Amino acid sequence: MSTITITPVATFRTDDPYPFCPGCGHGPVLDRVNEAMVKLDLDPAKVVIVSDIGCSGLSDQYFVTSAFHGLHGRSVTYATGIKLANPDLEVVVIMGDGGTGIGGTHLLSAARRNIGVTVIVMNNLNFGMTGGQHSTTTPEGGVTSTTPLGNLEHPLDICATVGVNGAAYVYRGSSFDHDLADRIAEGMRRPGFALLDIWDLCTAYYVRSNKFTRAGMEDSMRSWGLEPGLLYDRQTAEYATAYRRIHADIAGKPTPRPRPIDITHEAALDEPMALVVAGSAGGKIRSAAKIVALGGIRAGLWAAQRDDYPVTVKAGHSVTELWLAPHEMPMAAVVAPDVMAVISADGYAKAGPYLAAMGPDALVLTIPDFADLDTKAQVRVIDPKAAPKRIPKTSLGLVYLSAAIALTEPYPIDALREAAAAGSFAEINLEAVDTGALLAGA
Amino acid sequence: MTTTAAPRREYIDGATAIVRGAIDAGCTFFAGYPITPASGILMAMMRELPKVGGVAMQGEDEIASIGMCIGAVMGGAKALTATSGPGISLYSENIGLAVMGEVPLVIVDVQRLGPATGGATTVAQGDVQFVRWGTAGGYPMIVLAPSNTPESYELTVKAFELSERFRCPVILLTDKELAMTLSAVDVDAYPDVEPVARTIKDAGLPYSWVPADAVEPMRAYGAGDAFRFTGSTHDEGGYITKLPAKVGALNEHLVAKIEDHRDEIEMVDVDADGPADTVVVSYGVTAGAARAAVRELRAKGTAVTGVVVKSLWPIPETSLSAAFDGAARIVVPELNVGLYRREIERIAADRDVVGVNRIDGKLITVAEIVEAAR
Repeated sequence: MSTITITPVATFRTDDPYPFCPGCGHGPVLDRVNEAMVKLDLDPAKVVIVSDIGCSGLSDQYFVTSAFHGLHGRSVTYATGIKLANPDLEVVVIMGDGGTGIGGTHLLSAARRNIGVTVIVMNNLNFGMTGGQHSTTTPEGGVTSTTPLGNLEHPLDICATVGVNGAAYVYRGSSFDHDLADRIAEGMRRPGFALLDIWDLCTAYYVRSNKFTRAGMEDSMRSWGLEPGLLYDRQTAEYATAYRRIHADIAGKPTPRPRPIDITHEAALDEPMALVVAGSAGGKIRSAAKIVALGGIRAGLWAAQRDDYPVTVKAGHSVTELWLAPHEMPMAAVVAPDVMAVISADGYAKAGPYLAAMGPDALVLTIPDFADLDTKAQVRVIDPKAAPKRIPKTSLGLVYLSAAIALTEPYPIDALREAAAAGSFAEINLEAVDTGALLAGA
Repeated sequence: MTTTAAPRREYIDGATAIVRGAIDAGCTFFAGYPITPASGILMAMMRELPKVGGVAMQGEDEIASIGMCIGAVMGGAKALTATSGPGISLYSENIGLAVMGEVPLVIVDVQRLGPATGGATTVAQGDVQFVRWGTAGGYPMIVLAPSNTPESYELTVKAFELSERFRCPVILLTDKELAMTLSAVDVDAYPDVEPVARTIKDAGLPYSWVPADAVEPMRAYGAGDAFRFTGSTHDEGGYITKLPAKVGALNEHLVAKIEDHRDEIEMVDVDADGPADTVVVSYGVTAGAARAAVRELRAKGTAVTGVVVKSLWPIPETSLSAAFDGAARIVVPELNVGLYRREIERIAADRDVVGVNRIDGKLITVAEIVEAAR
């Protein structure tokens, strides 16, 4: 029997030296990230470093962990996807202050969701890779290549932003902090969203243009009201875990495919028939047309409906074109309906081209308001007040379509009654079908 | 000899067919942002994916949505996302990332009338060139276009298959009418499908391009040892490189793996009835009126061939050239300013190519196509 000795990984670093400028803070921060991973005894194959763009984006190449180097500002979105797909992974985002600007909404959303990733912001107050331009965190008055007379923008308080919006662990410090590796390890251990805003010196640009020093940086942080230290520390449910918990009861229970619709009647239709109902949004026009289509399918017909309505849900027009056909037919627009129901002013406003195209064999059903509408088709006015009971607005579409089916008989009205009875709001819809049939016969 | 078994029909929209196709293909991750007319897919995936053990997310925007999908695929998931014009515009940079990082992913573009906010509830086919050229670099894209509800199911599955086969994003180009129109569908019209397989290797380099057209099995985080993914120009190990030999080999691979296998992608329905002077070439929702127009023209004694293109990109040049053989006139109806017609003109050489176009939010009618074909 042999003994297996497990040696903890001594370093997560490759042998390659960092590529950063002399005096740059990024190298020391990455060393602390390495120490944190060693402390936590992580398995390099279970760690994914997601790097952003800029100098910080070079970071992942110096670790033996897995890496994802994507697009600028989007690192947190990739990290979110990775974590949701495989919650067992330790996902660490390394970004610069640039990424907090272009990807600000992603940072905010990841904090709100409390996604279990750790974000290390190497915040050197400017864009180091592209020529020392100002970033979201450049202090007011800060001189950069794009703010030569001093920055006029208020700097982003990254920590407060994610902190007040749900992050589990938020720390602000600098590359010089003696306990930084411990803080990073704490962040990684935290199941939820952890962010460490770590200020460091950009010796190529910000230091040079602003005579910025370590002491200056530490003093400035306080004088600008950006306190260092552990700023937010809360135990809230991590998203991927919470997601799986709330769905535990339905997992493994896929929705069964609906049974095909029973064919219970026979239709008399031998040519495709086009019905158009023009009414108001909120009037259940689409639902009414669907019931009429389902009635047709019960009678062995093919059906298709095309709905037109504005982006508003319960205001404006709602016009549905409905085809009933004895054979399968390709999706096509209705030009000249065989039957049209015009049941509201909103619908009337859209009805013109249809009415103009209809011939003398076609039928228009409408309310008394539009008794004299302009068309060559036969016009039949049905007064909703003639119904035994007041017709609710939301039933008007089905009442008029039912009247149309009763009058033109593409299929038996009983098939329509069955379709109305089979769906939701069965009672109301059945009453509408019967009212329509009654008014048609009156 | 035909026995008339009772037809078995249901009444569904194209979005439902896409969602079913994705789940049957083995999709386990979805992220999307609400946008008419693609929201039906988002809502159905939020409801249905957790039931099959998957995860569906509403992103904070379209950029985040496709970003999450790419991350999830590298974490081992099979992913779908869906959007419309303004959203596919925001997908642009990450489509490039999926091309460069060789990430299998299915992207549904439910077209609406553009440009900009355009008409949210208005049909159009204006993205047909955008989905081909919509990310920097100009590398090949695979784009499939269903023309009815059963095809919305079938081509969603096919999109997953091709995305795995070629390790690349595949776009399913549909539109407001195809996604939202309810229609009776013969339930036996759907093909039987198996979940799409993915080979994941648990060690070794994440990329390879020898020979140039070969597609290496992919890696996934947490499966086996550590590996690298990058959107930068890279070597086989995923390390950033500027060495011309490496850079050239990578980029030639991105082209060759698709272009050298066009025969595996080409999907064209040719409805020919003997030699024909006229060919009607259509795709997507317009194929409905085009098919009807071909029937009507034949009934009137006009010899006509109907071609419905299901694989828009790469251009199915072989099938189209064959269909154009002997024809003098090609009619191309589409709901845009004549975008796909440019490609047809190139392939049709000196033939007369006629566009039938609408950009007013209305569908092209059968009569308009019949008129142009005469």
